[in-house]
Amino acid sequence: MHEFGITESIIKIALDKANEAQASKISQINLVVGELSGFVPDCIQFYFNFLSKDTTAEKATLHFELIPAQLRCRDCSAIFQPENSEWNCPECHGQSVEIIGGRDLYIESMEVE
Amino acid sequence: MKKIEVLQNILEANESIAVRNQQLLDKHKVFAVNIMSAPGAGKTSLILQTIARLKNRLNIAVIEGDVASTLDAEKVKNEAMEVVQINTRNMPESCTLIAAMIEQALKDLPLEDMDLLLIENVGNLICPAEFALGEHKRIVISSLPEGDDKPTKYPLMFTNADAVIINKIDFLPYVDFDIPVFRRTVKGLNPKTRIFELSCKTSVGIEDWCNWLLQEVEAYLLQVKSA
Ligand SMILES: Nc1nc2c(ncn2[C@@H]2O[C@H](COP(=O)(O)OP(=O)(O)O)[C@@H](O)[C@H]2O)c(=O)[nH]1
Ligand SMILES: [Mg+2]
Ligand SMILES: [Zn+2]
Repeated sequence: MHEFGITESIIKIALDKANEAQASKISQINLVVGELSGFVPDCIQFYFNFLSKDTTAEKATLHFELIPAQLRCRDCSAIFQPENSEWNCPECHGQSVEIIGGRDLYIESMEVE
Repeated sequence: MKKIEVLQNILEANESIAVRNQQLLDKHKVFAVNIMSAPGAGKTSLILQTIARLKNRLNIAVIEGDVASTLDAEKVKNEAMEVVQINTRNMPESCTLIAAMIEQALKDLPLEDMDLLLIENVGNLICPAEFALGEHKRIVISSLPEGDDKPTKYPLMFTNADAVIINKIDFLPYVDFDIPVFRRTVKGLNPKTRIFELSCKTSVGIEDWCNWLLQEVEAYLLQVKSA
């Protein structure tokens, strides 16, 4: 799955930043992952365990902050979080919605030594 | 222990290659279309139909993304002016094409002589939504046998589409596919998208789709020529 390449990118970014900061060890990487981003934290963790071997990121803890989907109704402007796959507006039952949150996929920060 | 702020988008590497791909395409005035769907929805069939209709007007090349086989590329070879096959099996992303693969494939294409590049993405409704390739338009195909709930299950894919194709319309008498419901859901997610109903088997609706595509290519050519 595409988590493999994503995990490679995470490690590359983390190692670059650690290098810039002249750190010898990365102990934690704080990731922000939106519910709608399509990326599965367990998969990222799985690939991370072996892709990070022999790097300064080896054994770093991955911390995932999960951002729920957030939608806005185009009819009445209500902002809501969808329940399971029901995307209708809870206020006016409108079906025209815009995604305003939950697509995130970024490294927020890291802890290094 | 020290905390450092990173705030870096993980997909950024892909995005920047996609931007470069588009610049290269624009330099050679090539309009690129990324065609996405679940396996079997009709990407290859649509490409064949489109080339058959438009090859007298446009020089069309194809990039075929597929997990393993070269079957689709074989089918398209006789029709297109040029086909490049990308097998994603040995690459990091086996579930979608990514911009770096397109960058590589563009090196093998006669960009100078092309007007239109059709890219058949890997059959998957989740992963390709996240990876820009450098395309000018994004097309999603849903086919009748898949059922009408795909936009609800895979909203991101439909949110980003410039056009949505309902293929295999010849199946209408045999399946429960509520076209008005499907249209409403898609328009709800993405009010600006165009929706085409067609059959790659009977050719019903193909003309409307091709007319739209041709208009888009011509509008693009005018725009890049004046730029
Ligand atoms: N009945 C019918 N079959 C179709 C239609 N379009 C494609 N097919 C068939 O569906 C199968 C998968 O099509 P293909 O274009 O290979 O799908 P892809 O996997 O998305 O490239 C093939 O057997 C096609 O002949 C259609 O409009 N009607
Ligand atoms: Mg195909
Ligand atoms: Zn509402």
